[in-house]
Amino acid sequence: MTTTEPTSERIKKYLLEGKRFDKRGLFDFREIKIEKNVSKKAEGSVRVKIGKTEVIVGIKLDVAAPYPDSPDKGNLMVSADMLPLSSPRFELGPPKFESIELGRVTDRGIRESGFIDFEKLCIKKGEKVWTVFVDIYSINDDGNLMDAAAMGAIAALRLARIPKYDEETGKVIYGEYENESLPLKEDSPVSISIHKIGNSFVVDPTREEEDLSECRVTLTTYEGAISSMQKSESEALTIDEIKKIFDISEETSKKILKEIEKKIK
Amino acid sequence: MTAKFKRSDGREFDELRPIEAKVGVVPNADGSAMYKSGDTIAIAAVYGPRKMHPQHQQNPSKGQLRCDYNMISFSVSERIRPGKNRRSTEISEITKWALEPVLLLGMYPNQVVDIFIDIIQADAGTRCAGINAASLALAHAGIPMKEMVSSIAVGKLDKTLVTDLTKEEEDYEGGEGPTDIPISMTHDGKITHMQLDGKIGVEQLKDAVDLAKEACEKIYEIQKKALKDAIDMGNGEKK
Amino acid sequence: MERKVVIPGEVIIEGEDYLPGEHTEKRNGQIISIRYGLAEEQNNLIKVIPLSGVYSPRRGNVVIGKVENINSNGWFVDIGSADSAFLSINEVPRYVNKDAMEEVFKIEDILIAKIWSIGKRGIDLSIKLRGLGKIDEGIIFKVNPHKVPRIIGKEGSMIKIIKDETGCDINIGQNGLILIKGPTIDSELYAKNAINFVAEKSFVNGLTEELTKWLKENKK
Repeated sequence: MTTTEPTSERIKKYLLEGKRFDKRGLFDFREIKIEKNVSKKAEGSVRVKIGKTEVIVGIKLDVAAPYPDSPDKGNLMVSADMLPLSSPRFELGPPKFESIELGRVTDRGIRESGFIDFEKLCIKKGEKVWTVFVDIYSINDDGNLMDAAAMGAIAALRLARIPKYDEETGKVIYGEYENESLPLKEDSPVSISIHKIGNSFVVDPTREEEDLSECRVTLTTYEGAISSMQKSESEALTIDEIKKIFDISEETSKKILKEIEKKIK
Repeated sequence: MTAKFKRSDGREFDELRPIEAKVGVVPNADGSAMYKSGDTIAIAAVYGPRKMHPQHQQNPSKGQLRCDYNMISFSVSERIRPGKNRRSTEISEITKWALEPVLLLGMYPNQVVDIFIDIIQADAGTRCAGINAASLALAHAGIPMKEMVSSIAVGKLDKTLVTDLTKEEEDYEGGEGPTDIPISMTHDGKITHMQLDGKIGVEQLKDAVDLAKEACEKIYEIQKKALKDAIDMGNGEKK
Repeated sequence: MERKVVIPGEVIIEGEDYLPGEHTEKRNGQIISIRYGLAEEQNNLIKVIPLSGVYSPRRGNVVIGKVENINSNGWFVDIGSADSAFLSINEVPRYVNKDAMEEVFKIEDILIAKIWSIGKRGIDLSIKLRGLGKIDEGIIFKVNPHKVPRIIGKEGSMIKIIKDETGCDINIGQNGLILIKGPTIDSELYAKNAINFVAEKSFVNGLTEELTKWLKENKK
């Protein structure tokens, strides 16, 4: 059952006092837990828990032809699957908009930041490059899958290693590694979604709160600048509101970035 | 059982891989479980009994079971493209057949019990791990059941019967090669699922069934403990 | 026999003296559980109290639900069971204009109602008794419906402690939905957390003392 109207009124009223049902501040995250290497078969993988929300993210690498417009660059493919296992609200069948958006927003967060050095993923210009697959699966949805997915993607990429590649046979030797990590920059991008609920803004909503979200703005910050953004839902924001959202993102992303980096060291 | 066969991981011929089982791993679900056997990890979540949609699939005389088995893309070395394929479609149905005989769904007309199984990491025996997780999740969801179901793959490597094949053993090429026999049983010894790929004589196949019975007995004890451990009876100790 | 956790198919007790009660079966002189739960004996009758599972409606239950559809004869209410329940205009203690059903209850409205009949046609609700009807304000949240008896306690003793301590008015639906209305949101959340504490610890012995301790520790 979605959040009831009487409860919604209480949540909004409480937010106006700067308070949340679980005692957090408006711009505080729930407890974040990152477990490394949940699948040995992946080149890198993690389980991310934000409160009761849980996702697993795995990285697989394969060798393929580059895109004609970037013959010396590796490829990135991000996909997200909101498993019906993870919520009574998710159904089997072709991907719904929400999971497509989840994958695409995460994709742009990684791609646009320049965090991955795609040129170093080139094996032979115009012929062979590495494709990096980032696959995101929800395990339990208690709100804010968006930020959990981005966090998981970054952590899994950090942990990933490049498997051996046999140039003669053209085959990837999975399970054997050159002990080489992916070509990543030192800084990590971090994505924060800010939600408008009534006249308040919050980060990291629980499911109960996310049901009331009128608008979500996801911002990826990289090296102190914004590198991608998505405003979702058909709710208009004033110029003052969007500027306030930028400020919240700037403040929160610093805090979260530190926390993530500590956890994947 | 004939000549000694040396298993590469040092196990006895009838020895199971280390098992971990836990219920309640998906808080949103009505029941859920994780079952890990060696490097194979399955999670299962049960939703329902709930209203069957689409409506034309409703059965007015009893509730139905619906299973979905899925391997996540990075559970194996060569990435699996997300979505259904022929293999997962078949295993989903096999899983349903393995579990349906123990369920008492008579009091749930027009309703459905949904089981979703996801394989996180695969090293052979994923359908068996999925069935073990699903049986746990069904019990955990409070679904009326006559018995628990336990599942194991026994196999024949060259001429020797062994319990609980790994991927490496499944790919064994010596002598008569590998035979893979996944079997699921109720605790009172009824077979609800059995498949076979390979080559094996009838007498030895009979022995394989007995070997599976022994293994399922051990798995049952682990399933039982996982369910009992989940209840906090206080006094600091779990009963 | 001492109370114990049992799983489906497990032999609870052997012997011809025992009778199979709820969620058990007799097979070959053995009483066997068909559900995961707590097995109990009372005068040789063995029953299992389920610990989990979706809500199964019973006649006489007071439940909380959400209006999800309307026709000219009444309202369909989601009470968390597989079938939605129906509130007929005849079970509403006021005049209803059939052309303006939404004026009485609209979709998304939250009702507290009593199940007065369960039949082949479905679950029928009534709000004719005092205290039933539309919920206008308060915090509504869900607990596992199997925890409800423990939250209420013997003759309402457990919930009375929480009501007295928090100053909140609390309505517990047998379907696991709970409504709390108090002088402040803080007091409502205090009550909600206390109820969640009881739900989590529901099988611990000496729960009343544990709750009293919790309430002291978590008081503002």
